[in-house]
Amino acid sequence: MKLTHITLATALFATAVFTSCKPKDSEIKANVETALKADMQMASTMVDVNDGKVTLSGECMDEACKAKCESTAAGVKGVKPPVINNLTVAAPMVTEPAPASTTTMLDDAAKQAVNDGLKDIKGITVDFTADKAVIKGEVTAANRMKIMQILASAKVQSDVSGLMEKK
Amino acid sequence: MALQDKYAQLLSAAQTHGVENLSVAEQNGVLHVSGTAKSTADYDALWALYSQIDPNMASGDLMMNIDVKAAAGAQLKVTTDSTNLNIRSTPSTEGEIVGKAAHNEIVTLIEKTDDSWWKVKTTQGEEGYAYAQYLSPI
Repeated sequence: MKLTHITLATALFATAVFTSCKPKDSEIKANVETALKADMQMASTMVDVNDGKVTLSGECMDEACKAKCESTAAGVKGVKPPVINNLTVAAPMVTEPAPASTTTMLDDAAKQAVNDGLKDIKGITVDFTADKAVIKGEVTAANRMKIMQILASAKVQSDVSGLMEKK
Repeated sequence: MALQDKYAQLLSAAQTHGVENLSVAEQNGVLHVSGTAKSTADYDALWALYSQIDPNMASGDLMMNIDVKAAAGAQLKVTTDSTNLNIRSTPSTEGEIVGKAAHNEIVTLIEKTDDSWWKVKTTQGEEGYAYAQYLSPI
């Protein structure tokens, strides 16, 4: 009898606790998106959340990526199983083999290579987002090309919208 | 396929110039083109086409990872803006400067250490690592 009471009390308490800190759909959506953005291949996945239930849509490059998106989303706090996986897999590329530059990850070594190369180019600033180098400043056309070549050889994608032509 | 259409002229030029191991793939809105150009002139021509097709190369939709063919012993010209090129003890700007090569000086390639750093030897016999983007095979 006592045990029943304790069990019931625990259950009620747990319900109260879990209800009070249940993440909102908008928070779950943001958390799932953040988790997916950790991997460039999954970054473009679209996420919808309705009462804790997550629906994934968009296009993945392969089945492995599609499965990883689903398991990543399912692992986020507050997500109610099952995750609805509406991702489609892109048709395989006609041209083979896959280029070496598709494995771009903006790790410390890549950032170092960019900084090493750009340090002698005057008048620019270099910042990094999760997957891009953001270059700003004023440069000559020749230096702009040098910057792009350095970024390409370091296999780093870039945002050069703030890079202006030096008058 | 849209990006392959946008850069069709560049891709056909790469084939015409005989870029080795040419590989083209579109992924997540970016066209990845890689291979090895036969000469610095070919390399420059391809980059000129890129900047012509995509003014200021600002779209971020092309990753042109093309290097220039150069074997050990090849002569390389220093293509800095005007300054000296540092030659370092290790392949990083953290490496100690062990020598310098002037703008337009010719150095000899010892090995392509990685995509960013090549080991070179100057005419004065200084040996070390220099940033590859400032070296053009001649």
